[in-house]
Amino acid sequence: MPDSFWQWVVFILNEYGGLFLTGLKNTMMIAVLSTVFGFLIGLLVASLRSIKVSRHEGAVKRICAKLLDILLAVYVEVFRGTPMIVQAMVIYYGLFRNVDIGKMTAAVFIVSINTGSYMAEIIRGGILSVDKSQEEGAYSIGMTHSQALRYVILPQAIRNVMPSIGNEFVVNIKDSSVLSVISVFELFFAGKSASGTYLRYFEVNFIIAVIYLIVTYTVTRGMRLIEKRLEGPGVVTITGSQSDSRSVITVRED
Amino acid sequence: MAEEKILELSHISKSFGDSVILKDISFDVEKGGVISIIGSSGSGKSTLLRCINRLEEIDGGEILFRGSPIPVSGKALSRYRAKVVMVFQQFNLFNNMDLLTNCSIGAVKVLGISEADARRTAMENLEKVGMAPFARYRPANISGGQKQRAAIARALTMSPDVLLFDEPTSALDPQMVGEVLSVMKDLADSGLTMIVVTHEMAFARDVSDEVIFMDGGVIEEAGSPHKIFSDPEKERTREFLSRFLNG
Repeated sequence: MPDSFWQWVVFILNEYGGLFLTGLKNTMMIAVLSTVFGFLIGLLVASLRSIKVSRHEGAVKRICAKLLDILLAVYVEVFRGTPMIVQAMVIYYGLFRNVDIGKMTAAVFIVSINTGSYMAEIIRGGILSVDKSQEEGAYSIGMTHSQALRYVILPQAIRNVMPSIGNEFVVNIKDSSVLSVISVFELFFAGKSASGTYLRYFEVNFIIAVIYLIVTYTVTRGMRLIEKRLEGPGVVTITGSQSDSRSVITVRED
Repeated sequence: MAEEKILELSHISKSFGDSVILKDISFDVEKGGVISIIGSSGSGKSTLLRCINRLEEIDGGEILFRGSPIPVSGKALSRYRAKVVMVFQQFNLFNNMDLLTNCSIGAVKVLGISEADARRTAMENLEKVGMAPFARYRPANISGGQKQRAAIARALTMSPDVLLFDEPTSALDPQMVGEVLSVMKDLADSGLTMIVVTHEMAFARDVSDEVIFMDGGVIEEAGSPHKIFSDPEKERTREFLSRFLNG
């Protein structure tokens, strides 16, 4: 039997490395899919909530719009206002009580719907961050609200909130660990299984922590690169000066 | 000239809360006519223009476009706005697209014109305002005067019946005012119907067919440029003009 901390670490890695990799694979699958679905849910919710129904529309349409808005607000508040660990229990043992949809599907469902509520608020903030002149410019040439959103406002809003969206992805990598309460075989659950046999909780969770850190650090760096890419190729061209409107200055950022 | 009325405004009123912005505004816009609206800041000029593009709702009165009331919502409102297009003081170009796309996207998405045709028309209009060499630039990378010329090209690509200009040169450095005004003068000469809210008195005097002087939300005086600038009837008009013309 190993007798020092590092010997245990090596021993456990040898014994359970494959198990951890399977756990990591599931964690990443849940995090990626849930961030994508959560983003789409957030996009839909924020877009729907941005609609202002004109007072010239019929009463039925106005009431439906109001009800939808209340419903979406309740969704956002409920899922942001309760812990995901509780949501996981309620959804898995309540909503899916009689349905066998598989642990992974349930996991993606839970994390997506949770992320969606945060994304809705993030994207709503993004929409508000886009100058009103953009919306009016779109309306002034006859675009409808949905056209203005799709072609003008959302592309700018999403770019503005890209750091927050990346942050949600990192949060999902870590917080999917709470799914262990419904026995989803993600990274933390793999650790739990591994520590049981030899009762080496410290060594196992040390390894698990290092794996989480490596993954989240890599993702954070990657997101930074994507944000940079979205900001443009690093070339700024300034044309026109006080004295000559045809002058051109090109600045290249290294 | 056959007098075909494109827009007819009768007894327009508009308030924001308790403050009355427009009171009993009535005038007609004829095809090919150029109307300049002058007056001090806060006189309601811009609000009036925004009401015509229906970015603001009117509280009373009626605006007729080619004889029928302008639509209040939905697709019909979109089609109307595509015919009576606004050019803004702050340009309002779309920051996420290059100038060519800025110009063509309305034609494609609102008018349903094919991408290729829309881009061709957009390019012609950019050419017309002298911005063709910058077609691939984004708004962030060009000057104010260039932005406003591109914004005019965007409006033109909708093939509008009427162009509304909301103080198009007020946000520009003095050096850039001229390039925009000369584009506007060319458009006026080409027979485009225009309503121009402006502080450029020389433009109002030399280019427009009719000048409307607004003060405190009402039309104080309206008439030919010659009459307004050389022989104004009202004391308020005289005061305003003397303040402007004598600096």
